[in-house]
Amino acid sequence: MTEHDRHDPGGPPRAEGGSAATASAPRAAAPQAHHQPRPEGPRYLPGVSAWMGVWRRNFLVWRKLAIASMFGNLADPMIYLFGLGFGLGMMVGEVDGTSYIAFLAAGTVGSSVMFSASFESMYSAFSRMHVQRTWEALMHTPLTLGDVVLGEVVWAASKAVLSGLAILVVASVLGYARIESLPVVLPVVLLAGLAFASLAMVMTALAPSYDFFMFYQTLVMTPMLLLSGVFFPLSQLPAAARHVTEWLPLAHAVALIRPAMLGRAIDLPWLHAGALAVYAIVGFAVALALLRRRILR
Amino acid sequence: MTNAAIEVTELCKAYDGRPVVDHLSLRVAPGECFGLLGPNGAGKTTTLRMLLGLVTPDAGEIRLGGLSVPRLAPQARRRIGVVPQFDNLDPDFTVRENLAVFGRYFGLSRADLGERVPALLAFARLESKADARVSQLSGGMKRRLTLARALVNNPDLLILDEPTTGLDPQARHLIWERLKSLMNEGKTILLTTHFMEEAERLCHRLCVIDNGRKIAEGTPPELVAREIGCDVVEVFGDVPQALLAQLAPLAERIETSGETHFCYVRDATPVVSALQDQPGVRYLHRRANLEDVFLKLTGREMRDD
Repeated sequence: MTEHDRHDPGGPPRAEGGSAATASAPRAAAPQAHHQPRPEGPRYLPGVSAWMGVWRRNFLVWRKLAIASMFGNLADPMIYLFGLGFGLGMMVGEVDGTSYIAFLAAGTVGSSVMFSASFESMYSAFSRMHVQRTWEALMHTPLTLGDVVLGEVVWAASKAVLSGLAILVVASVLGYARIESLPVVLPVVLLAGLAFASLAMVMTALAPSYDFFMFYQTLVMTPMLLLSGVFFPLSQLPAAARHVTEWLPLAHAVALIRPAMLGRAIDLPWLHAGALAVYAIVGFAVALALLRRRILR
Repeated sequence: MTNAAIEVTELCKAYDGRPVVDHLSLRVAPGECFGLLGPNGAGKTTTLRMLLGLVTPDAGEIRLGGLSVPRLAPQARRRIGVVPQFDNLDPDFTVRENLAVFGRYFGLSRADLGERVPALLAFARLESKADARVSQLSGGMKRRLTLARALVNNPDLLILDEPTTGLDPQARHLIWERLKSLMNEGKTILLTTHFMEEAERLCHRLCVIDNGRKIAEGTPPELVAREIGCDVVEVFGDVPQALLAQLAPLAERIETSGETHFCYVRDATPVVSALQDQPGVRYLHRRANLEDVFLKLTGREMRDD
């Protein structure tokens, strides 16, 4: 939102002290204010940028605790990257024609995008929907449920982009990745972030309580982490497992991010990007339909 | 007759085949304070949610300031302020931030809010708490902040769902006083409440609903005169059956709720003299009020749902 997009230029806020004029105005005049079509339309198109108010709200909260939040977002993937990268890397040596830690760095970008988008879209969004009733307050304004959910999903994807890019930067500084890959990796992690945020939002729509998210973590995220080529090449998997892999959004994300970070050509880039886009769009549509049933009944 | 702030016609909503709002029709004129009264589960909150476009009616028509809801609900909500039954202030923000962030949802600019927010803090008497977190506020302060937040877009219509439930008497009186000042500004107010004193003090007109149906409508004095039309002597304490039998012919009728007997009387003198000098029996002679109307219309038994 810009500073200039107020929708209501015809009706500046009445000063509290100026009430007397309104009160003593003839009653017959008052209904006109209700009935006349208001000349000022919304400055922003509904649904196009109204959701940015939701994004902005989450950003303002995040900003208060940005340092702690970023540390939490980054520490975990970094520990995995260096712990496994150096420790396991000593034993396995080269993988796929590169050092194991460089191989793993690209996978870690993908997995941290998955984790941060999913967690934001599940635990944090659930708090705002169910516990704090923030969504209810939002829907007492001109915002619609669609605006709220879109704002939440884009926000979760934004946090995912931040954590993915931070790993790219650290890996590049240490010489395990090429920072030139940023123009490719940035849109990929954004798209992957939207896909994971939308899929997790489906869980949020179905969740009776926080405990419910354990099912998704244990039954979906953990297997996906192991079957998507994050820690080892997909060629290590038996053929049957590779058929499953073809359907996993994290595998598509890693298939785009790793060659980019290692400066290699990407196989079938539009297939992988298309798959992520389908997950993002279908996930969002399903989540919104379920949330409508849950909230607007 | 076309200038209603709220116009609801034959509104219906059922959940799992059970009607919650049943052919409800209402008209609220601009500048009017209208009360929606009813026991728990009567359909008040569902009605409010339908007015806001958050629940789609099964049948019927809603127009707010001429805008058809739910089709144009987001547009209608630009001119509405809402005080929900349960606080949904943003716990991650301070008092001031709650107002400013909420204003941005209406598309208000930072310059607008720079004027608006201090005025709202003054209105809510929260200037000294501007930088406090919501968790540090008392219940009454939270309600006042919620009310101030509902005014951030300078609405024509305020929708208040039980605005003083859970507040102590001091906090309640302050909210009433603030609502009165908004009525003087010409705002239209729709409120639900359980407090008959609140309805009697604030509402120009009210309607009682039960099981989703409107069962009475009018101004508070009209309703008291029409539904009760006489005085009440409340009798409580150790009331022997013999005494009740003695009172029965002296009253129009006697109703019992818990350990209190309500004697409806045209002339209280014979009942009061019969009650004098009765050991252990206490009584109160008063004029009929809205609570008597409410209990007569909706029954005295407990509502659990």
